Amino acid sequence: MSTDLIIAVIITVVGASTPILIAALGELVVERAGVLNLGVEGMMLVGAITAFIIVFVTGNHYLAILLAAATGMATSLIFGFLTLSLSANQTATGLALTIFGTGFSALAGQGYSAKPVTLLGPLFPADLATHPIWRVLFGYSALVYFALFMVVAIWWFLKKTRAGLILRAVGENDLSAHSIGYSVIGVRYMAVMFGGAMAGIAGACFPLLLTPQWAERMTAGRGWIAVALVVFASWRPFRLLAGAYLFGLVMTMELYAKAGGGPLSAIPSELWAALPYLATVVVLVLISIRRDASTNAPACLGKPFLPSN
Amino acid sequence: MQFRLEKRREPSQLMVYATPVAAVVLTMVVGAILFSLIGFDGVGAVREIFLTPLTNSFKWQDLGVKAAPLIIIGVGLSIAYRANVWNIGAEGQYIMGGLAATWVALATHGMTGWWILPLMLVAGTAGGAAYAAIPAFFKTRLGVNEILTSLMLTYASVQLIYYLVRAPWKDPMGMGFPQTRIFSEAARLPTIIPTTIVHLGVPIAIVVALIAWFIMSRSVFGYQMKVVGAAPHAARYGGFSENKTIWLALLVSGGLAGMAGMLEVAGPFQRMVPGFPTNYGFTAIIVAFLGRLNPLGVIFAGIVMAITFVGGEVAQTTIGLSNSATGVFQAMMLFFLLAGDILIRYRIRRVVPQAAGVNP
Amino acid sequence: MPFRLELTGITKRFPGVLANDNVTFAVKPGEIHALLGENGAGKSTLVKMIYGIMQPDAGEMRWDGEPVVVPNPKAARKLGIGMVFQHFSLFEALTVLENIALGMDSKIPSRELEARIRAVMAQYGLLLDPHRTVATLSVGERQRIEIVRALLLEPKLLIMDEPTSVLTPQEVEQLFEVLRKLAAEGCSILYISHKLHEIKALCDTATILRGGKLVDTCDPRQETSRSMAEKMIGAGLKDIIRAAGRTIGLPKLVVSRLSTAKTGHFEVPVDDVSFTVRAGEIFGIAGVAGNGQNALLDALSGEIRSQDKDAITIDGFPLGLLDTTGRRKRGLCAVPEERNGHAAVGDFTLSDNSVLTARDRLGMVMLGLINSGAAKTYTGKVIAEFAVKALGPASIAGSLSGGNLQKYIMGREILQKPSVLVVSQPTWGVDAGAAAAIHQALVDLAAAGSAIVVISQDLDELRALCDTLAVINMGHLSPARPSGEVSVEEIGLLMGGVHGQTEARDAIPA
Repeated sequence: MSTDLIIAVIITVVGASTPILIAALGELVVERAGVLNLGVEGMMLVGAITAFIIVFVTGNHYLAILLAAATGMATSLIFGFLTLSLSANQTATGLALTIFGTGFSALAGQGYSAKPVTLLGPLFPADLATHPIWRVLFGYSALVYFALFMVVAIWWFLKKTRAGLILRAVGENDLSAHSIGYSVIGVRYMAVMFGGAMAGIAGACFPLLLTPQWAERMTAGRGWIAVALVVFASWRPFRLLAGAYLFGLVMTMELYAKAGGGPLSAIPSELWAALPYLATVVVLVLISIRRDASTNAPACLGKPFLPSN
Repeated sequence: MQFRLEKRREPSQLMVYATPVAAVVLTMVVGAILFSLIGFDGVGAVREIFLTPLTNSFKWQDLGVKAAPLIIIGVGLSIAYRANVWNIGAEGQYIMGGLAATWVALATHGMTGWWILPLMLVAGTAGGAAYAAIPAFFKTRLGVNEILTSLMLTYASVQLIYYLVRAPWKDPMGMGFPQTRIFSEAARLPTIIPTTIVHLGVPIAIVVALIAWFIMSRSVFGYQMKVVGAAPHAARYGGFSENKTIWLALLVSGGLAGMAGMLEVAGPFQRMVPGFPTNYGFTAIIVAFLGRLNPLGVIFAGIVMAITFVGGEVAQTTIGLSNSATGVFQAMMLFFLLAGDILIRYRIRRVVPQAAGVNP
Repeated sequence: MPFRLELTGITKRFPGVLANDNVTFAVKPGEIHALLGENGAGKSTLVKMIYGIMQPDAGEMRWDGEPVVVPNPKAARKLGIGMVFQHFSLFEALTVLENIALGMDSKIPSRELEARIRAVMAQYGLLLDPHRTVATLSVGERQRIEIVRALLLEPKLLIMDEPTSVLTPQEVEQLFEVLRKLAAEGCSILYISHKLHEIKALCDTATILRGGKLVDTCDPRQETSRSMAEKMIGAGLKDIIRAAGRTIGLPKLVVSRLSTAKTGHFEVPVDDVSFTVRAGEIFGIAGVAGNGQNALLDALSGEIRSQDKDAITIDGFPLGLLDTTGRRKRGLCAVPEERNGHAAVGDFTLSDNSVLTARDRLGMVMLGLINSGAAKTYTGKVIAEFAVKALGPASIAGSLSGGNLQKYIMGREILQKPSVLVVSQPTWGVDAGAAAAIHQALVDLAAAGSAIVVISQDLDELRALCDTLAVINMGHLSPARPSGEVSVEEIGLLMGGVHGQTEARDAIPA
């Protein structure tokens, strides 16, 4: 394998991993606060169509990302209101949110399906990325660096700040947090909204980073893979980074198998397409074999908070 | 004026049945307003989606045909969700049921005999159950979350259809279209009302729901599902194995989804095509909730959802509204239903103004 | 010198109950002041008002002579009032340091906080590694976190709500040392309890409440336990029902070398437990919470099955391999500690809850179908015979009060006439009347020839009720002794085994 090919692989893998990583980071924070939002896929689709329309109309990629975060957050508020203010079942509400996001994005994207936009260019000037090695470091768009920055930022937030400690406390024991005097519902609203904004940005990655067009259901289950990755990473940001890049590799494998020839290229393309999903199952199974994995889950995950008074 | 939620002494049975109806009505009202606000013909959309299918008798047969798979899958899911087993991969199990039935149909192609359709039904049910057995196995053995596994398997099963109809099962006479040959007469579901498209699957759906209702309300099996879902620890104390319940819940819901897949492929489709996955498996999740996880309720919820499907198609041709509007309405209905759930356990009380005066 | 805390005419009314009726008393600086009373006497309501969780309907509170209103706990802490609750609000997955940081009102850099924690610990001999995860700590150690948390605020009044209910006698003695030291430094302590001997050993003054009213303020050292108990309970003390003509017969339940596997991280398994209960005998198992009681109950009920068929036998018939249903058919019924969610399903009707455990013994199932009429009739009988306050068999279990639900559950098992009944914490959180009824029902069942096992943390209950006593400690069961022959001190030492071991763990540097 030539150096060029290796570099090309790295660049594609990093690109393909980025939306999953961003969405999963958001979900990680949500789950650490004790909330299970299964609507990531729906919020991503809302973010994706928002970003597409904005960039199609204005041509401004950064405005598109910002508004995708805003609409993702707005969508998450539906979930927040139902599950936090009305203590509705989180699993069912998350599913409803995904159904909603799928329908809403398709409706909003009506008539945009064949229209082209431009991808978001690299963050750094091209002079920095002339040599192939430098391209691996400096050749990406701002979204990729944003994802990496957030890995560190979220780790620092959860581990080192008082706000992060309170968020973890709310996820571990909502009743105690309430009795000490923290607003469980308030903290959870914040977390859910953050998760929504991250999912919106993750959705924006699809038209801005991967394929410069709009297609219904273009996130193709990546939101669900992000949810699975949070489990895989046992709720730790740096493990999430590793997991997301691993999945990026699986998702882009087909390209190189076909290009490389040999026995791998004989595998039907449908199997390659199914691989990320099958890999998710395998990964979930493997992580469960390690006994202690589940003990790391936030103790209140998915349980509604009902103060007695 | 301020309102406050106050816990009821006992859950309100009235609200259990009133909230789904209120959810449907609210969806129509709020939907009309919201769609108008964002620039669509909101009133027209609601009229075409919710009312035309009912007022136009020509559409009734479509309702039956669309409702049948939704009811069958919805019944299965309502049993699983009662047991707190979150099978959301019914779409995949539906696909595997359709594929298993297709396999029988292709293997018996050209043959005649009354036994072919029952064999397809058994194969379809078994196919769906077998696919649901994978999440059941991982859940009971290793505690792997069934939501994620069942859903991931759905995405994989779609690829399996694509592969099968593109290569091994492709119709040699199909002019290159990726689809199987059309099933023989003996492998096609008969219509039960002449000159309509209403096939045998429609009465089967009703019978399945009635049997499920009887089992869930009267039998130890139904009790087991409910008690494991409501209080797993108490269930273990009462002598019910949680793992056995997970297996049963997934096998029953997967099997029914597979049965629906068989009825679809042998009924409306009569061959396997890439467009076979029609989201019935996902919509049935809404059906199960709207039916209050009660098989009788599922019948009505299935019909309501069928109305929105048929109506969505009507709206597409009459007022040019995208089919995806249906999904938005369906999701909205589920949101309203979930929001209304709180009224089962709580009542809304107006806060008496003088209460504010105690701490000046 | 003014009083540290002075309450005058404090009254608090709840719908249907007068929780505090014109209560007046005062606490001096440096005084250890007991607040004594039965469950429901109004002690908790009173301290909740002092700590700002609730507001009084009438009355005045003075702090160092000045009238004050305490709108919330934060304001209470600002005044210098600290409180250690009976139920800890701790986060299992977080460290001691993180837990304490969460309880502080102001943000303190963690290094400085750690230094202050270590200083407080050293000063009062409260040994604890600030970086340990709470989940790995014993109950006594967890209480120390709460105490350290309160002491960091340098309180002038420390409220302790039933602090010893979960401690071994040795841990209690250590706690008293800390409290005496605090009092000597001028901190007032309001000590809530119903344990008379503790109050006699520790307190300078005792205020006794009964039914929301103040009965007396006295010097506990001048009183006898009996005189204080009579003030607390009102009427003369009722003696215990006890053996009353029961004859003890042949061995019925024989448990031999019963062990369970370690399941969760923090569950203590049962290790090589053997004991025999004879017909007509009530066998008590004492122990501090979290020493394998839950595993023992599950292993006896059949929720955890044994590998060895002879580990549990009734009248010589091996039950070890059977599940709960199989064991019930053979006459072994059990009542776990947790009522809602384990012994009963809160969302189900009482009638459906009867199906949970009585369906096979009472023939409520035919050909896989449930005979709901039979379930209803039986439930009606339980409600009537055990005086359960419920509208009827169709009442939702979760709508019953704790005591009523417990009466229903006990009735549901006892009326099945089990030959062996195993119960855990039969009267936990149950009012005195219901507790007496439950005790009487257990004695009657034993008199009818059943063998009964009572697992409880309440030593008074066990000594009153049981013929034989053993102590469970870290999953081991001590040899059984006739309950008349063992002293509280002996039981305490057996229970205290836990304590010694945790101390040893502490000594190893982390």
